[in-house]
Amino acid sequence: MDGQTRLGMLHRLLVLFWPPPQTESVILSPLSFSIYRGHKIQHSDWHKEPLRIMDPECSRLLPALCAVLADPRQPVADDTCLEKLLDWFKKVTEAESSLLLLQENPCLVELLSHVLRPQDVSPRVLSFSLRLAGTFAAQEDCFQYLQQGDLLLGLFGEAGTLGWAAWNVPTVRSGWIQGLSSLAQHPSALHFLADSGAVDTVFSLQGDPSLFVASAASQLLVHILALSMHGEAVEHHSPQGSAWPTCAQKIVGHVEESLRSTAAPQVTQALNVLTTTFGRCHSPWTEVLWEQLSPLVACLLERDPIPAGHSLVDLLLSVARSPVFSSADCGLWETVAQTLSRLSPTQAGPLALGTLKLQHCPQALRTQAFGILLQPLACVLKATTQAPTSPGLLDGTLGGSMTVDALLSSKSACAGLLCQTLAQLEELHPLPHRPSPWPQASLLEAVVTILQLCDGSAAPGSSVGGRLCGTLAGCVRVQRAALDFLGTLSQGTSPQELVPQVFAVLLEYLESPDSSPTVLKKAFQATLGWLLSSPKTPGCSDFGPHIPLFLGELFPVLQKRLCSPCWEVRDSALEFFTNLSRHWGGQADFRQALFSSEAPTLTQQLLRDPESYVRASAVTAMAQLSSQGLHATLASPEHPEAEQGLLREFLNILSADSEGFPRRAVVQVFTQWLRDGHAEVARDTEQFVATVLQVVSQDLDWEVRVQGLELAQVFLTQKLGQPGHCPYTVALPEAPLPRLRPEVLRTLCQPWLLEFAFRALFDCDRPVAQKACNLLLFLRDKTAPYAGTQETGDSPHLDSMEAALQRWQAGEQGQPLGDPEPEAMLAVLRSLDLEGLQGRLAESSDHVEKSPQSLLQDMLATVDILEENEADCY
Amino acid sequence: MKLYCLSGHPTLPCNVLKFKSTTIMLDCGLDMTSTLNFLPLPLVQSPRLSNLPGWSLKDGNAFLDKTELIDLSTVDVILISNYHCMMALPYITEHTGFTGTVYATEPTVQIGRLLMEELVNFIERVPKAQSASLWKNKDIQRLLPSPLKDAVEVSTWRRCYTMQEVNSALSKIQLVGYSQKIELFGAVQVTPLSSGYALGSSNWIIQSHYEKVSYVSGSSLLTTHPQPMDQASLKNSDVLVLTGLTQIPTANPDGMVGEFCSNLALTVRNGGNVLVPCYPSGVIYDLLECLYQYIDSAGLSNIPFYFISPVANSSLEFSQIFAEWLCHNKQSKVYLPEPPFPHAELIQTNKLKHYPSIHGDFSNDFRQPCVVFTGHPSLRFGDVVHFMELWGKSSLNTVIFTEPDFSYLEALAPYQPLAMKCIYCPIDTRLNFIQVSKLLKEVQPLHVVCPEQYTQPPPAQSHRMDLMIDCQPPAMSYRRADVLALPFKRRYEKIEIMPELADSLVPMEIKPGISLATVSAVLHTKDNKHVLQPPPRPAQPTSGKKRKQRVSEDVPDCQVLKPLLSGSIPVEQFVQTLEKHGFSDIKVEDTAKGHIVLLQEAETLIQIEEDSTHIICDNDEMLRVRLRDLVLKFLQKF
Repeated sequence: MDGQTRLGMLHRLLVLFWPPPQTESVILSPLSFSIYRGHKIQHSDWHKEPLRIMDPECSRLLPALCAVLADPRQPVADDTCLEKLLDWFKKVTEAESSLLLLQENPCLVELLSHVLRPQDVSPRVLSFSLRLAGTFAAQEDCFQYLQQGDLLLGLFGEAGTLGWAAWNVPTVRSGWIQGLSSLAQHPSALHFLADSGAVDTVFSLQGDPSLFVASAASQLLVHILALSMHGEAVEHHSPQGSAWPTCAQKIVGHVEESLRSTAAPQVTQALNVLTTTFGRCHSPWTEVLWEQLSPLVACLLERDPIPAGHSLVDLLLSVARSPVFSSADCGLWETVAQTLSRLSPTQAGPLALGTLKLQHCPQALRTQAFGILLQPLACVLKATTQAPTSPGLLDGTLGGSMTVDALLSSKSACAGLLCQTLAQLEELHPLPHRPSPWPQASLLEAVVTILQLCDGSAAPGSSVGGRLCGTLAGCVRVQRAALDFLGTLSQGTSPQELVPQVFAVLLEYLESPDSSPTVLKKAFQATLGWLLSSPKTPGCSDFGPHIPLFLGELFPVLQKRLCSPCWEVRDSALEFFTNLSRHWGGQADFRQALFSSEAPTLTQQLLRDPESYVRASAVTAMAQLSSQGLHATLASPEHPEAEQGLLREFLNILSADSEGFPRRAVVQVFTQWLRDGHAEVARDTEQFVATVLQVVSQDLDWEVRVQGLELAQVFLTQKLGQPGHCPYTVALPEAPLPRLRPEVLRTLCQPWLLEFAFRALFDCDRPVAQKACNLLLFLRDKTAPYAGTQETGDSPHLDSMEAALQRWQAGEQGQPLGDPEPEAMLAVLRSLDLEGLQGRLAESSDHVEKSPQSLLQDMLATVDILEENEADCY
Repeated sequence: MKLYCLSGHPTLPCNVLKFKSTTIMLDCGLDMTSTLNFLPLPLVQSPRLSNLPGWSLKDGNAFLDKTELIDLSTVDVILISNYHCMMALPYITEHTGFTGTVYATEPTVQIGRLLMEELVNFIERVPKAQSASLWKNKDIQRLLPSPLKDAVEVSTWRRCYTMQEVNSALSKIQLVGYSQKIELFGAVQVTPLSSGYALGSSNWIIQSHYEKVSYVSGSSLLTTHPQPMDQASLKNSDVLVLTGLTQIPTANPDGMVGEFCSNLALTVRNGGNVLVPCYPSGVIYDLLECLYQYIDSAGLSNIPFYFISPVANSSLEFSQIFAEWLCHNKQSKVYLPEPPFPHAELIQTNKLKHYPSIHGDFSNDFRQPCVVFTGHPSLRFGDVVHFMELWGKSSLNTVIFTEPDFSYLEALAPYQPLAMKCIYCPIDTRLNFIQVSKLLKEVQPLHVVCPEQYTQPPPAQSHRMDLMIDCQPPAMSYRRADVLALPFKRRYEKIEIMPELADSLVPMEIKPGISLATVSAVLHTKDNKHVLQPPPRPAQPTSGKKRKQRVSEDVPDCQVLKPLLSGSIPVEQFVQTLEKHGFSDIKVEDTAKGHIVLLQEAETLIQIEEDSTHIICDNDEMLRVRLRDLVLKFLQKF
């Protein structure tokens, strides 16, 4: 047998047994496994011939399944099966004629007729059948077919499901609505809905105790309204409401009636229906609808209290966002303005934010909306400053008393309003069309004041301020929101005189023993934002005047936090330290502050922290320090071995740490070091990569192995050049292929590298195998020109490699590859169907179970098992 | 019911409650802040301290914060709530003519003894050759430098007690357990409840049959080592006396423990020593537990921890044997069996070592860097003085203050200038104001009484309206030397009826569910218990005993008792009846309290009110009797 034939066999072997059986066998039962063997053909059918989606095998299984479903003595154990089945039928009906399907599979109609006898059916199956019927009836011919037998009326009409005891089960009501939703796709369906009285039932279901049912009912109403108006909308001038189809008139009438109702739930239902309508339908008739209903909506504002405030806000925003209203005025803005002034601050906030996010909106309204957003902060400032308040925030803010009342009413109301306001302003801040002028200074002042109120350091000048102080003291929620917003505000030009205040309050939070770990994390993030955004002045010093002072105070705090007994705090302190070093490692002021502190020593000690997350962060931090020479306190001229020590320490973590996170961090660091040409790595790159991969290949954590492959990839790229070709680069004139020098080839085909990659190809974790496959593809492509010039001969190396690969595939990992010739390596590489493998690996691991046959068989098998169990009981 | 307030210190209370003929002293804390006016007592002669100009060394005094508001010999019992609140006990039991009983739980007594022993030991081991007291004279005091000249009531400052006095005082204590009911002279019942603050710490309920006073002192809702606080039993109190809240309401104990650990680790990693001035019991157990979990993670396993106190050994061992007084978690360890506190393991592994003083073994074992826990937190006496002198000059070292009783700046004053770092991490697990407001909502006492400091925000943070007690009705506040009349009246007293007497009663139902009966009996009162006994039979001529005759003389004559009336007179029906009986020209007027029926012809007036009826007629007895009989027809007699 020559080498070529043997390689061909190996190829087939890989194709047939991919993915490795030992891993799949864990997932698949013996029954499913047999499906898997025959799966290849069916699978390709599935994709290539969508019209024959219902294959004969499924058709054969269907009657049995329908019989099982119709049999009340054989309960369907699992709802998800029914859902999957329904999904499958939807897919089938999208591709095929439903009528044909029903005619070819009469068992389906039998099942639907069977459920008309309610006593025999479980609510689950009933709900399923309703939805299935709706799916079929979505096609008009099939609808007529089902109508002939009065099947649909029986299922959805007043005499049908509605009267049965099963109607009390929410699943059945939900199925009924979903069935109707699927069915309502054509004019015949509209008549059916009108005649069967279904619309009235949907009205009543809007108030259903099950929220899912109620919500679905609202959606269905919108769907029916849109369907009935479908034909009308094509006219250029949309007809007036009185000329609308009966069904639409009925729904609009119901909505009008609900809007007039004094019961808040009914108003909410009506508003929800309208919100969905304006959100989904953008035809001209919606404008007529709004003209007709807006007076009623405006009337809601005159009630006290305003019913359904949140839903009202949603509706107004939905109308305002609709493209239909972009040019027309139709009184919308007046209503919005009126609503803004009438709603409570908490409810008005979202409306104000929504208004400000609109592209087209009158300036006056924008000003009003912004005023409302700013109001709580203005109140805080007013309550805490003795001096006349700074301009900008308080201008044009009216109705402050309502805000003050809301702030003082209770602790939760106060915290809620402030958090909401801060989050909304934070959302607004980065928008290009945010309000202008943006009161950066006042916002900064307000957020600093709030932070001071929260830690009790504010000295309020009024009784309101005193009460705010008492309410907010120690409120972690507000602290987090305020620190987030403060961080966001760093992205903007702030008055220089306020910056020291910001740093002072940040330092207070970083220092305070009462800062909770989450607050501290936010404080670190905000501090980083402010430090990185602070302007650098040209001259002798790197930074502005505040920074060196601040750094002098920051490092003692950082040191203390690195020693915190709470690991979350140590972790966020390390993260902050890493980020700061990354950005500022080169600045003299920073280096000076860092070298005069204990932070690097403490960081190194944290490499042995008991908490794995902290160790991982310490690895990243130490690597950062080392890359920027900030580690010099350790690797001082008199201790040149310190750097070497760090590499050894990292390798030690990689091979000995019991947790995955630090090991992953180490491989990531090594990869980065290799990319950056870190001095330690550059000394003997090959030796370095070899050592790391050797350790990584033994690792039990798949992410570490994937990272190891990434390291190998970087190594190969550095030797061979970038992978692939960028499609956008202009193709250079065809240059003669550079011949790979033999020593490079020898390096690439080092057994430790290829052995690692080949073993990874058989890895039981799919991402590892995928990554290995990509790596080998890259190697094969890069070496192809070279390999083509030489013929692979039959050699003992090839034999032993083949044997080793077969054993690895079989799960025996012990056998080493030996020391084969590069040529043999490349020959094996070329013989593998790597593209095929790549394709198969891209499929999700449950693709086999996803096939419809498997689903049907599983369902039937479950019943069999249940029966067996039953028999066992006797 | 009165409350005499003998202490102005809210966490070292001393109040006397007069309740139903009993006089109960609630705690007797010793305010030692005046020691801060003195120079430290060094164990080793300190040239620096002895060469200070001006005033020579004074003896270490301890001070009793009391006035002559009440004669302490009349105190019947003293209830102790925790070991910190009994430090003045010898002054009261030994010098005031006190003859009553002291009630406290066992851990309170044992650990209180340790604290007192330590105090006496600290003072006595540095005897002074000379002692001065003339300066206490007001005329001389005026001439002294500030702050001494401003100190109030210097004359009440006392010398520290002796061990003999301590033993004698402690011998008067009777041990009690949680929820044990103790009868005081039959008048009231007192019960200690777990307060969650320290080993054996208690709140007290003082109740009679119809009144309940709760005394809440030094309680904690945090999960530390002691048994959790019993809140449910405090419900339905008429008065709740609330003392011993946290002294540092703005510091959260968890944050402070974190701060403590971080600073400790930071110092030790830099090669410095850490000094923790502390009491030998209490928070130190929790700190050792935190360190037990922390030292390995912080890489401090090789750093020695020293606990130096004359009572260090007893304190560490006592804590392990009071299992029943510990939180559930620690209690369950005992059954494993494991020591409840992990400091046992620290001692076993030689990470924690304890010594009675710096002399002897300690000087052989001592190695630096290290962490030293020692007393006294005032920095005026005890081994801590030595370490302050030893380590104060190096900025590598740190002193961490964890006890909140003394101002750390004042404590440090005699050691200035000081290079060593000072960290203030006061750990006070007692209730804060948020917890108090929750507690009061839960317990709902009718009235709250508390020191005046709790009814306003702290002076340094006058805007923090949240740092005060906020309850309805507003709390009654007291200051030192106030006498409060507690705002409720005793309206009921429980009286027992002997069975044979009860047998003889014939109740008559006057309203559905309410029956009445008249009782004639002899009220017998003994030991504050009241019993109704059957009246003696009419005196027999044969019975010649003198005593019995006297008793029978005291018995009121049952025969002449008029029947009692009940019911109300419906005016309309009454007028109709009058008309039926021949009265005419009747006029009815409504008054604020009832009606007036005017018989104009007879010039007679019948005034009908809710609880009385008057017939006013001029000298016509016949008419009055007729009218009275008519009125009586509408009323029930029994």
